[in-house]
Amino acid sequence: MKKLAVGLATLVAMAVVPAAADEPGPGGTKPPVARTGADVYRMYCQACHMADAKGAVGAAAFPALADNPRMGTTAYAIYVIQEGKAGMPPFKAMLSREQTAAVVAYLRTHFGNSYPEPVTAADVP
Amino acid sequence: MDSGRQTPTRRQLLNAIGLIGGTAAVYQLMTTFGHAAETRFPGPPDLSGGRKGQSVIVLGAGLAGMLAAYELEKAGYKVRILEFQDRAGGRNWSLRGGDRYTELGGPTQNVGFAKGNYFNPGPWRIPHHHRTLLYYCKTFGVALEPFIQFNHNAYVHSTDAFGGAPQRFRALAADFEGNVAELLGKAIDQKALDTRLTAEDLDLLKEALRGWGMLDRDMRYVKGDRSSSHRGFLLPPGGGVNGAPKPSDLFPFDEVLKSRVWANMAFFMNDEFQTTMFQPVGGMDMIGKGFARQVGRLITYGAKVTRLMQGAGGVTVTYADVKSGKVSTAEADFCVCTIPLTVLSQIETNLSEKKQAAIQAVPYSPGVKVALEMRRRFWEEDYAIYGGHSFTNQEIGLVSYPNDRLLSDGPAVLLGAFANGPGGLHLGGMTPEERIEAALEQGSVFHPDSYRKEFLNGASVSWSRVPWAMGCCARWNEDTRREHYQDLVALEDRIVLAGEHASYVGCWMEGSLLSALDAITRLHKRAQEA
Repeated sequence: MKKLAVGLATLVAMAVVPAAADEPGPGGTKPPVARTGADVYRMYCQACHMADAKGAVGAAAFPALADNPRMGTTAYAIYVIQEGKAGMPPFKAMLSREQTAAVVAYLRTHFGNSYPEPVTAADVP
Repeated sequence: MDSGRQTPTRRQLLNAIGLIGGTAAVYQLMTTFGHAAETRFPGPPDLSGGRKGQSVIVLGAGLAGMLAAYELEKAGYKVRILEFQDRAGGRNWSLRGGDRYTELGGPTQNVGFAKGNYFNPGPWRIPHHHRTLLYYCKTFGVALEPFIQFNHNAYVHSTDAFGGAPQRFRALAADFEGNVAELLGKAIDQKALDTRLTAEDLDLLKEALRGWGMLDRDMRYVKGDRSSSHRGFLLPPGGGVNGAPKPSDLFPFDEVLKSRVWANMAFFMNDEFQTTMFQPVGGMDMIGKGFARQVGRLITYGAKVTRLMQGAGGVTVTYADVKSGKVSTAEADFCVCTIPLTVLSQIETNLSEKKQAAIQAVPYSPGVKVALEMRRRFWEEDYAIYGGHSFTNQEIGLVSYPNDRLLSDGPAVLLGAFANGPGGLHLGGMTPEERIEAALEQGSVFHPDSYRKEFLNGASVSWSRVPWAMGCCARWNEDTRREHYQDLVALEDRIVLAGEHASYVGCWMEGSLLSALDAITRLHKRAQEA
């Protein structure tokens, strides 16, 4: 319940910030809640990193998370998710600590990555 | 002419005041006279006095790049533009029947719209105070028409109010205002307001509440002709024997609050979303095409920039032909780089560390739009909705109705989703087929009988997956503005950046144009010193 509350509070805060861009407006404030690591990946990550986590190349590139030795370093993955990197937005305000831990654990054990050590909310600053 | 003393004209008066009080005084007065409003557009740039024959390479044929090229060439520079795509216009873009679009990850959509129908995946509306854009649209012969931004008769839907049933905006807004007015009136009567208002002011305030909130003589918001004249009648006024109207029931105030209609009311008050808004006749890309008529001959298409270097002798750009892979270099005295930061952050440059840090510091939003072509305009014919938006708290955000060719027969294209934030990421990660299914499922809440029945075909754009943009718009915050904005926009020897990301009018075409004008004005000054 706690993680749900955090998520909603964030969305409400987002909804009342005056727009400074051509934004959709007051809609879209209640997306479904991602409950598992796989949910988080599908709902937040695969828009850029793709469903197979292999990334993509256009005028620039989205990095592959599949077969990625960096997934071996839990703290690095958590840091990038929370703070963002170049064009990638920071997810600190969008994902709860539980959701962040869940998606890192999911990435570490899927898409050809094999780092079975558990990741918990306590690992997320 | 009268030889005697004349009343000074406004301009003479302004000049006189300018001499005494300076520019600030003139500006203040001009605002009073209505000469200067929100615009920061001072008119086209004055780039006179340049030395002929200096060259500029412009990277990116979006609006910023094309405007920079247009004004620089006019001023005598030798200009060349490199563009990654095989079309000009950048995010100013429309999709029509027969168009084929392949997004990152591989899915290709063949757009099946009827002739004349279109979908604007990027910009779609223009505020009336975006005067740079309006100026160049007029100059380049781009016809504009009204964009119907505010429609009282469209819907507001929340899964948390009215058991999930959408309600007309006017009924919710009327009941919100009526209830607030009544409550405030009671507070005044109970002397519950800690106010410095005089008794006379309070009387006036009560009169205002009565008039604004449609209260009755006793300061109550009740069912009747007054409330119905704002929220809509059960049976509207008619003619003849049964012409008398029947008023409608009021909504329970707690449900009105749960609908969060105040967020919609506040949205329409935001200065970027107030009426009048415009759109080009025939699709947003008419603007890009208008610009390309001026500078299209300067563009090399299919050029993927891989390296941007400057030295004492000039700027060297390395680029690969997208189709053949053939690598070439281009040299120029100066460079205006309008490449989005998502892409520029991965291009090798010898820009300063500060500049490179700024280029790396700005995340992009993940906007998604879904367009649905429907067999007929059921929203007009069955619901009396002509343009404007119905809002929902579901991920699609809204359904927006076409603003052109109202009351016509034949297929028309709805905007079935405009999602950002979590909804944009979720829809953006779906396949094009899944996005259309999500848009049909969620949008059906407004038009349950017709939405799926009248659906013909659809198209969608997930901006994260647009190969040449890899994101929708630059999203600055207070911290990144403070730390990096000036470094990003600073002219660095021979290179200057421009685009919506280099402005405070982010995610609007106006921002890219204002940024381009500012960039080339500084570049021109630098070139004169060279």
